[in-house]
Amino acid sequence: MSNLSEKVQAVFQEPGCVKNRAKSDKERKKGCTKQLQPGAAAGGCAFDGAKIALQPITDVVHLVHGPIACEGNSWDNRGSKSSDSHLYRMGFTTDIQEMDVVYGGEKRLFRAIKEAIDRYDPPAVFVYQTCVPALIGDDIDAVCQAAKKQFGRPIVPVQSPGFAGSKNLGNKLAGEALLDHVIGTEEPAYTTPCDVNIIGEYNLAGELWQVKPLLDQLGIRILACISGNAKYQEIASCHRAKATILVCSKAMINIARKMEEKYGIPFFEGSFYGISDMSDALRHLARLLVGRGAPEELLSKTEILIRREEQKAWEKLKTYQKQLAGKRVLLITGGVKSWSVVSALQEVGMEIVGTSVKKSTDEDKERIKKLMGEEAHMIEEMTPREMYRMLKEARADIMLSGGRSQFVALKAKMPWLDINQERHHAYAGYDGMVALVAEIDRALSNPVWQEVRLPAPWQEA
Amino acid sequence: MADVITSRKACSVSPLKMSQPIGGALALMGIHGCMPVLHGSQGCTAFGLVLFVRHFREMIPLQTTAMNEVTTILGGMENIEQALLNIAQRAKPQIVGICSTGLTETKGDDVVGYLKLIRQRRPELADLPVVYVSTPDFKGAFQDGWAKTVSQIVEELVEPAAMRIDDQINLLAGSHLSPGDLEEIRQIVESFGFRTILLPDLSGSLDGHIPEDFTPTTLGGTRLEEIRRMGSSRATIAIGEQMRGAALALEMKTGVPHILVDRLMGLRSVDRFLHLLAELSGRPVPQIYHRQRSQLVDAMLDGHFFFGGVKVAIGAEPDLLQNVGHWLAELGCELKAAVSTTESIVFADLPAERVRIGDLEDLEREALGCQLLLTHSHGRQMAARLQIPFYRIGLPIFDRLGAAHQVLVGYRGSRNFLFDVANLLITAREEEEGTHWPGRGPHEEAARACECQEEDQKTG
Repeated sequence: MSNLSEKVQAVFQEPGCVKNRAKSDKERKKGCTKQLQPGAAAGGCAFDGAKIALQPITDVVHLVHGPIACEGNSWDNRGSKSSDSHLYRMGFTTDIQEMDVVYGGEKRLFRAIKEAIDRYDPPAVFVYQTCVPALIGDDIDAVCQAAKKQFGRPIVPVQSPGFAGSKNLGNKLAGEALLDHVIGTEEPAYTTPCDVNIIGEYNLAGELWQVKPLLDQLGIRILACISGNAKYQEIASCHRAKATILVCSKAMINIARKMEEKYGIPFFEGSFYGISDMSDALRHLARLLVGRGAPEELLSKTEILIRREEQKAWEKLKTYQKQLAGKRVLLITGGVKSWSVVSALQEVGMEIVGTSVKKSTDEDKERIKKLMGEEAHMIEEMTPREMYRMLKEARADIMLSGGRSQFVALKAKMPWLDINQERHHAYAGYDGMVALVAEIDRALSNPVWQEVRLPAPWQEA
Repeated sequence: MADVITSRKACSVSPLKMSQPIGGALALMGIHGCMPVLHGSQGCTAFGLVLFVRHFREMIPLQTTAMNEVTTILGGMENIEQALLNIAQRAKPQIVGICSTGLTETKGDDVVGYLKLIRQRRPELADLPVVYVSTPDFKGAFQDGWAKTVSQIVEELVEPAAMRIDDQINLLAGSHLSPGDLEEIRQIVESFGFRTILLPDLSGSLDGHIPEDFTPTTLGGTRLEEIRRMGSSRATIAIGEQMRGAALALEMKTGVPHILVDRLMGLRSVDRFLHLLAELSGRPVPQIYHRQRSQLVDAMLDGHFFFGGVKVAIGAEPDLLQNVGHWLAELGCELKAAVSTTESIVFADLPAERVRIGDLEDLEREALGCQLLLTHSHGRQMAARLQIPFYRIGLPIFDRLGAAHQVLVGYRGSRNFLFDVANLLITAREEEEGTHWPGRGPHEEAARACECQEEDQKTG
């Protein structure tokens, strides 16, 4: 347990975090998770966060040590794609019973690791700690250590009991597990001066594959993506990369910063969402690589690629201008996406009537103001009831948000588009932004909206 | 007679089972104006919520006491108190239901005691009924949590009555029934002139309708005053073996006699049900069911060609397994692999050699050589590996639309199920045969189809 609280403290001290730097020592110690309100809370737990961050590693067994709820109620519900192994999509759990709670679940966990290895022969097993075994004091670090010795392959403990905090904390705890037990334990077969790591990209709906071809054209090799479409061996040997791009800074900044500290790999925060953001990310990456010994011509090659791709994308976007100009968007999402999507939507003439900034940093907010003007309608928190009313009263034409609030829009008979983790369309890179606008157009132009709003003929007006 | 085998594995792979608390929470969602709460960490609620959203494609009211490490160790009374106050103020529910989780049960929170103290301290909560159910994650399964919760609702809310209302019937519904099933059952019972009180009534709350305004609690379901009036009914019909406990509790408390109807799929089960209703009401079976029965018999005749000797694998909670298993056996299928989630008496007469309490990995191993798979959406991966037709039953069904309206019960439900499954088998056979027809590849097939259509258009 002390181990866990130390880890949580360490994560709260994260110096790489902008928000954290602004705090006093005392405040920082309290941590970044707001005290949750019983009866008015929403969102996942630390275990959920750890699983989201690591599950995309495709070729390992993800074994959840806990009662059936943690895995049984949640497995196979995330849309990260794999080009190879499908092992990560299966659910593994110790499904502990009352007797285990009384006598301890360590032996059961050890046997479960053995069974998983016997039957599926993975290169590694990730073991997730959950609330109940954490409470009764199961020492999963010790069990993993023993299992590693016995079975001669990495068994990685992930200290992520749900009651430790929020999903975001879980992302970081997952990062700690990789730093402590995986990264730097193997060597890559060969290296190139253009090897990079991508951190915080989960290949949801295959978004990594919208970015990878661009990097391929520039001769940039993805040594490891943490963790979309990753193989265990790639992450184990990713400490030989020349540069890192961190695309979801909230989630795993601790990995990027500690790898810079330990292995001297410089990192920057970028985004694959939005056209100019994608270009900025490529430029930044190229500069970092050239600074570390990549051929100078990478810079000009990057500029040529950017010019070509941007032009193609804007041309495609223009074809939507006519239908979409003047349509009003309500954008309910977190952090980076709140501003990176805005510019593309504005380009096709759409009006952003509100964007949520609940998870955004001050920097994010500044960028929103720059894009949308000082009177930008930034929403700190909006209850579902308010969202419903706003849509019902037609103060917006479409809502873009996560799956959780989709029925708020649909029940108000208003178009809605999923831009969070359960979405089925990929919106990264140049093609992704075009795809997003195409989807918005498809949603808005559907005649079904007129149909569903028809009153029954026998109803009085 | 089936032997029951419990899996001895330490590692459950591809779970079939889900946990008790969310089964309890779903039962609470069948009560009007209710806010279900899980007493645990916020993840317990988040996972349940996402699961139900994906299955029903509806807004799901489900809250949490948001326990953390410290509050767990010190005890969760303050969290429950805060949760009740917050919910009462924000959502204004007519009733709150609390289910415990593995976390708070491991600690051993005395929630019944907490609630007494909270009521003393907080007079403003005096008018808010609160039902508490103990549902540890590390025991039983989804269906058990549902059954316990319905029993608890009955124990706490139903009032004994001085008078019996002769045409009022209680229906206690198990977790294996969809909102569509419930609608069908109620219609059948009401056609005999009965007025029904259905508990829990998911057909009122999660049937996918468009409400007039936004509500943070359940929108529809059994009303509190209806539940209180259940003590004045003529009889209780418990639908599904899992409802036996709740029906008995109701009988003990109010003297309303109960009848258990464990199966409602297939000709003979529905026959028995209608016969029962005819006797209970003293009315003849309505004409419409004569017609539907006849249609079902005809469907069985048309369908038997495709079912005879087909080996099937089923993974489902006990009551659903019983219903689907018997019906398929009556159609000539062989129940080669049967996996379920929790102990039940219904396995005793299941027409299978054995029933395993286990996971989808067990089912996959036993399903080798089977020609048809029936389980919830998590079976999609194994269906792809086994390359056999896959019919989705139970919960969750997250990769197809219309889960709430899948009707399996009654003559009509049984008939539609029969057709759907037969069509899957026919499709599978066509695909298999198609590859063996020399010189008739899929492209030529398509071309032929086009020509036919053109001809149709010309002649039509």
